[in-house]
Amino acid sequence: MSNAATPVREAATQVTLASTVTHSAVFSITGLRKSYGGQQVVAGLDLRVERGTCFGILGPNGAGKTTTLKLSLGLIQPDAGTIEVLGHAVPADARIARQRVGVVPQMDNLDPDFTVAENLLVYGRYFGLSDAAARSRIPALLEFANLTAKADARIQTLSGGMKRRLTLARALVNDPDLIILDEPTTGLDPQARHMIWERLRQLVAQGKTLILTTHFMEEAERLCTRLAVIDHGKKIAEGSPRELIGRHIEPEVVEVYGDGVEAWADARAQSLSERVEKSGETVFCYTHDATGLVNDLAHHATLRCLRRPANLEDVFIKLTGRELRD
Amino acid sequence: MRYDFSFPRLSPRFIPVWRRNFLVWKKLAGASILGNIADPMIALVAFGYGLGSLMPQVEGVPYIQFLAAGTICMSAMNAATFEAMYSAFSRMHVQRTWDGIMNAPVDLDDVMLGELIWAATKSCMSGAAIMLVVWLLGLANGALSLLILPVILLTGLAFAGLGLIINAFARGYDFFQYYFTLVITPMAFVSGVFFPAAQLPSWLQVCAQALPLTHAIELARPLLLGHAPATPLLNIAVLLAYALAGAYVATVVTRRRLLA
Repeated sequence: MSNAATPVREAATQVTLASTVTHSAVFSITGLRKSYGGQQVVAGLDLRVERGTCFGILGPNGAGKTTTLKLSLGLIQPDAGTIEVLGHAVPADARIARQRVGVVPQMDNLDPDFTVAENLLVYGRYFGLSDAAARSRIPALLEFANLTAKADARIQTLSGGMKRRLTLARALVNDPDLIILDEPTTGLDPQARHMIWERLRQLVAQGKTLILTTHFMEEAERLCTRLAVIDHGKKIAEGSPRELIGRHIEPEVVEVYGDGVEAWADARAQSLSERVEKSGETVFCYTHDATGLVNDLAHHATLRCLRRPANLEDVFIKLTGRELRD
Repeated sequence: MRYDFSFPRLSPRFIPVWRRNFLVWKKLAGASILGNIADPMIALVAFGYGLGSLMPQVEGVPYIQFLAAGTICMSAMNAATFEAMYSAFSRMHVQRTWDGIMNAPVDLDDVMLGELIWAATKSCMSGAAIMLVVWLLGLANGALSLLILPVILLTGLAFAGLGLIINAFARGYDFFQYYFTLVITPMAFVSGVFFPAAQLPSWLQVCAQALPLTHAIELARPLLLGHAPATPLLNIAVLLAYALAGAYVATVVTRRRLLA
């Protein structure tokens, strides 16, 4: 029954999408597929990104995020599907497309033998910039990355946050229209992360288009105009952060933990909430109104609880499951 | 994935890749000069004068003069081989420099060409430096010896291609030790660097004729002494064949490694 209904619903979704698209897409992929050794890493993916927006690709480890980005840059060949980046067909015209794209890779690959400024100069040359043109761009890039004082510092002396900011500045050396970021804040401390977020918002405000992968829900919720959740190489949900939360999850969450939580969950939680999930020592109760739950919990002295509005992480967990991904 | 056998695309986009490596070299030139140039020079002088004083002339010239051409070719071989393996592997795999470059509008074919020409450039730098010392020691005769420079370039290109092929299969730096021990070192002994190849058993002489270093030395040794090589066209053709085939195969196998 549900199997038969699924294709109909998917078809309906696609019609809606098709009728709302505008001509301003700067990035689109359709029916994208890529397998490694018989295993589908990207399994029929469709994405469309509008100019001047920040588009987030969310997914657990191994969902196919990085492979999708590599395919989009023309660095690997797709098995099937079409890719268009800034009006150029990829991989056929990938090099022309990359002329107007900036990339922040997951792993830093700054040149360790060069200073901060030399990294920018050398990278500018790859885009065909003359030394004079590249040098003239360096001061503004350093200022954007808050690295002006570090212009002549060696890479080894930079902190993780500084390296990430330099990698971001390097991605801007060609003044790109589209910036692709693969987990831009992974491994950074909260202060460094907030600084990157602020810079990324500045770029969107300047009219740049951003595509970023992340598994930080807070990052996605704060930055992204629109999100796609992908898992096992397929898109399983798409929308603005608010839409995804509204569409997929009850508005209130109560997290309950403490001695006797199992017994309480079995006896009371089901009747007081729409949906209950157990994870480790915590019980998550999803509901439209948590007042009854909280009143009930007041009678259980050993239980502690946290009442909060539902967020993107709840959606993500609901869609991709709680089991560990390695 | 399947192999992409298409002919490497040649474009001036290799130039910024070459310039990147050159800038690193400029910054670290001290250690590089020491390793690439001082080492073979010490061996030339020590063996040439030390060992040479114990023996009669070799092929009609003092031993050091015989050894000079071999040393120049061997250091060209070593410089390109080292650069195309250890250094290229650092950039490809350890530092992920190539990944960064290929996110810009530069393709792997451009990176490969840049690396190939850069490794040959390193050959020229160390070969030419030793050549200079050879001139200063008065071991070279006449203007014909200047023609050694293009021989060094060709030798560098041949060994750069071979090194980049090995690089495409490496999982770590240790892998390169096999190639040095099994290929490069024996090649130096059978190609006539230290003694005339005529001393070898005849079957080994036949084998040596298939090796690029043999042909580099067959060109360089007479040129250094001021006379024309016996079979220059054959020697040039073999070196050129190694350079072109090496560059092509290296590009194909590296594409498979990185673009799969």
